[in-house]
Amino acid sequence: MTATLIADTSVDVDAEGFLTHADQWSEQIAEQIARENGIPELTERHWLVVKFMRDRYFTTGTAPSIRSLGKESGVPIKELYQLFPKGPAKLAAKIGGIPKPRGCI
Amino acid sequence: MTTTLEQPQLDATEPKTIEKVAIVISKGSLEGIYPGLIMANGARMDGIEADLFFTFFGLDAIRKDRYEKIKVATVGNPGLHMPTLLGALPGFSALATKMMQRQIEKIDMPPIPEFIELVADSGAQLYACKASVDMFGLTMEDFVPQVEDIISVGEFYEKAAGGQIIFT
Repeated sequence: MTATLIADTSVDVDAEGFLTHADQWSEQIAEQIARENGIPELTERHWLVVKFMRDRYFTTGTAPSIRSLGKESGVPIKELYQLFPKGPAKLAAKIGGIPKPRGCI
Repeated sequence: MTTTLEQPQLDATEPKTIEKVAIVISKGSLEGIYPGLIMANGARMDGIEADLFFTFFGLDAIRKDRYEKIKVATVGNPGLHMPTLLGALPGFSALATKMMQRQIEKIDMPPIPEFIELVADSGAQLYACKASVDMFGLTMEDFVPQVEDIISVGEFYEKAAGGQIIFT
C-alpha cells in the first residue's frame, strides 16, 4: 500500500492502483482513474455502474459479482462490456474507489 | 552416455500477460461443463478474449433439448466419495445434482443456461465441433441461439491462433 496523488488528492492505493480506503474517493478521482484506464469520459451509464458498485460495497462489504452487476445495476452484461471493455467488474471497482473484486464469477 | 535436457529460455519478447484463450469443453456432466464456463467468464472479466469450442458430449451444454438437464456424474466419480453402486441407483444423480446446484447458487454462480447467456453476452464466441455434430446427426437448429457456428478442428486452430488453448 502506497500513498499517491490522484486529482490533487493524496490517497492510499494497492500495487494495482485500487484505492484501499473507499472513503478517500471523489468524483474527480473517478474521472482521472477512468482516463488513465482508457475511458476518456464517464457517461451517465458509467456512473450508474460505478455508483452501484460503491453502494453494494458499502452494504455488503464486497464488490458484486458480474452476474448480479448485470442483473441488478440496470445495465445489461453486453452494455457493461461496451462501457468497460477491459473488464467491467474490476474496472468499475477501480474507478469507484473500492478494493479489487476477489470473486471468480 | 547421458545427456541433460536443458529447459529452453523464454523469449524475452514473449508477452507477460495472456491476451486470448480458446477453451474446449468435451464433457457433458455438470462438473465437466462448469470449469470451462468459469474460465471463459473469468477471462472476459479480465479483458481477455475468449472462444469456446464444444465437442463430443460437451455439446450438451449448448443443446436446446439438454442444456437445462445437465447432471452430476455419480458413477465412476471418485470425488463424490460414495460407493459406485449407490451412485447407480435410480434418482441418485438427480439428487446429487440438486444438492450441487444449491451450493452453486449459494456462491452466486448461474445455472448452465444463464451461464451460457452470460459468457456469450460478455463477448466470448461459442462454436460447436463439426465432427461431433456430424457424429450425433445434429444441425444448427439443435443449438441455443448464442452458438456462432459449427466449425472444423482446423478452423478452431485458426481462431485460437496467437492465444492459449485450454482443454477441459
